[in-house]
Amino acid sequence: MSLPIYILKRCLQAVPLLFMISIMAFTLLKIAPIDPLASMRANPSVSQAAIKAEEERLGLNKPAPVQYMIWASSAITGNLGMCTAGDPVLNRLAAHAGNTLMLNIISLICTWAIALPAGIYAAIHRGKIVDKIFGVLAAMGMSMPTFLLSFLLLMVALATGLFPIGGLTSANYNELDDWHKVLDMAHHLIIPVTVLTCVSMAGIQRQVRSNLLDVLRADYVRTARAKGLPENTVIYKHALRNAINPLITLLGFEFAGLLSGAALTEMVLAYPGLGRLTLEGMLTKDMNLVMASMMLGAIMLIAGNLFADILLKITDPRITTD
Amino acid sequence: MAATATPQVTSTRVSQRTVIQGLLRDRVAFSALIVLAILYLSAAFADLLTPYSMEFNDPTYGNAPAAIIHWQDDQGRPAAPYVYQVRQENDPATFRQTFRELTEVKYPLKLLVHAESYKLLGLIPMDLHLFGVDAPARINLLGADMNGRDNFSRLFFGAQKSLTIGFLGLLIAFPIGIVYGGISGYLGGWADNLMMRFAEAVMSIPSLYLLIGLAAVLPLGMSSSERFALITVILSFISWPGLARVIRGMVLSIREEEFVQAAKSLGMPELQNIIKHVIPQTASYVIIAATMQVPSFILAESGLSLIGLGIQQPDASWGNMLKFAMDQPNELLAQPWLIAPGVLIFITILCYNCVGDVLRDVLDPKLAGGR
Repeated sequence: MSLPIYILKRCLQAVPLLFMISIMAFTLLKIAPIDPLASMRANPSVSQAAIKAEEERLGLNKPAPVQYMIWASSAITGNLGMCTAGDPVLNRLAAHAGNTLMLNIISLICTWAIALPAGIYAAIHRGKIVDKIFGVLAAMGMSMPTFLLSFLLLMVALATGLFPIGGLTSANYNELDDWHKVLDMAHHLIIPVTVLTCVSMAGIQRQVRSNLLDVLRADYVRTARAKGLPENTVIYKHALRNAINPLITLLGFEFAGLLSGAALTEMVLAYPGLGRLTLEGMLTKDMNLVMASMMLGAIMLIAGNLFADILLKITDPRITTD
Repeated sequence: MAATATPQVTSTRVSQRTVIQGLLRDRVAFSALIVLAILYLSAAFADLLTPYSMEFNDPTYGNAPAAIIHWQDDQGRPAAPYVYQVRQENDPATFRQTFRELTEVKYPLKLLVHAESYKLLGLIPMDLHLFGVDAPARINLLGADMNGRDNFSRLFFGAQKSLTIGFLGLLIAFPIGIVYGGISGYLGGWADNLMMRFAEAVMSIPSLYLLIGLAAVLPLGMSSSERFALITVILSFISWPGLARVIRGMVLSIREEEFVQAAKSLGMPELQNIIKHVIPQTASYVIIAATMQVPSFILAESGLSLIGLGIQQPDASWGNMLKFAMDQPNELLAQPWLIAPGVLIFITILCYNCVGDVLRDVLDPKLAGGR
């Protein structure tokens, strides 16, 4: 099967999947016993008529299947509806998605920039002291909950006063010039990026190391060495290229988590990102917002898997797509 | 999804003795097992080992710092350990709370004291506590929370929830995953297709969102044990599809193996053949996956409780104890013990991962990856 047809087929397969996910997510949100208008109802100065009008506006007075149909038909045309607060979901998602993307992409780059060389180094110097140190660090990193590392770094920040506590911008952000705005954001990004990098780095470093070790034991590597190739050529040309496959799958997972993977970290560090927005939306039952965000997460996951499979097919002709 | 690999089945049967030997011979795994045993025993005997019960609170000790245990008397000579009662005071200028020791009366630290009564392991009525001090002094080894409850004691009671939820979740998720994956692989065709699409749909919702969506469905006014049970069910709901998918792949590949084909040609019914010959072959993968899955259950519970949707106050769990740290990040330096539950979560997960690594090496040498 040629690649474009394969991609088309996978995209078509994703449509019923997304439909199923949207029904599951909608049902789940609908049966949650949270009243989005609870604060209005509890406020005696809000009239019944105003509450009625609000229910009308949010479509809460219709039966749930009708609400789903309204949501689905408008979502297909690209209209994601309004938040409970009254502004379009799209605007709000876009504002927060930017922050989350920035955080996750920087972390992704840092993670791979450190984990890849560290894994290669550990594999080549297997059993040496540095490999052992990396091994211990990786074991710790893999077991480290993101929230604990966040708390630890917050403690460092409090003790030294070098880093701001939570958020993305300082109070005086709007008065700064462009250059200082960038600096201010970078300053706020240090802690969240460190947390995400440390936690995801460990697994990748171990994966790189064990893949490379597997390949280094292969017959063709021995052949390459036997015919007198320089060690660097053996490692980077023969071994590393063959060790890359499982990493591509990992990269696909990372891509899938770009928008939703750091939700808990965002929550703990009060980072104004999409994950935090969604979690808060769930707690106040902001249907349109949460539905849009969940679907976005699901699309990213499906796209991430597809992306990894396509890359795998390109890099490894032995893999068939049928 | 087409281009995903399934783990190869290599080891057929590894005897139980080799597994246990392998675990005991590896120094890291052995230490990890000991630490886990200590953690679980501490949780089981929480009432005996702690000075206070989970609900016990002393409002005058709200946010009190860790108790200072004195080893020297007023003249600086060594003495039996004692503590002072502390009193909360407000600085009128800054409105900060401070705690001052009342040095008139010394309260010696006593071993094996009779205090609040409880039922050991839920069965034996007792009132013995490993250590304690006489009221009105309190011994809060890790300070008290804002309600004046002893953090040290609550860590033990939190362990009861946080450590068992992983096992209970496994008991639900794994049978579902194995049966679902087994049936899917056995049926094949459109039924297999449909079942796998459903599993993929569950897997495609970001797990934390799904977790929180499910937890938000729980009605608020339920008893703590009901809530605990339902949270366990929710945690297992998000983890079965991954297992089901791998088991299905293994069933598909193992049923083509010669010994399975042989049994089939001798007239063994297909279903019986699957149950008797195919499913047992997945055992080593299942054991490894189970060990590796416990940490994710523990993490999920603590994440959920951290956001406030998991185990609810006044019950203790490591996650909801950490919520105090999240709610007042500026207090972290003044009250570093707030992150103690997080450290325990870290230690538990580290131990499980170490044991899991060694188990994998012993059970499935092909997967070990050059260690």
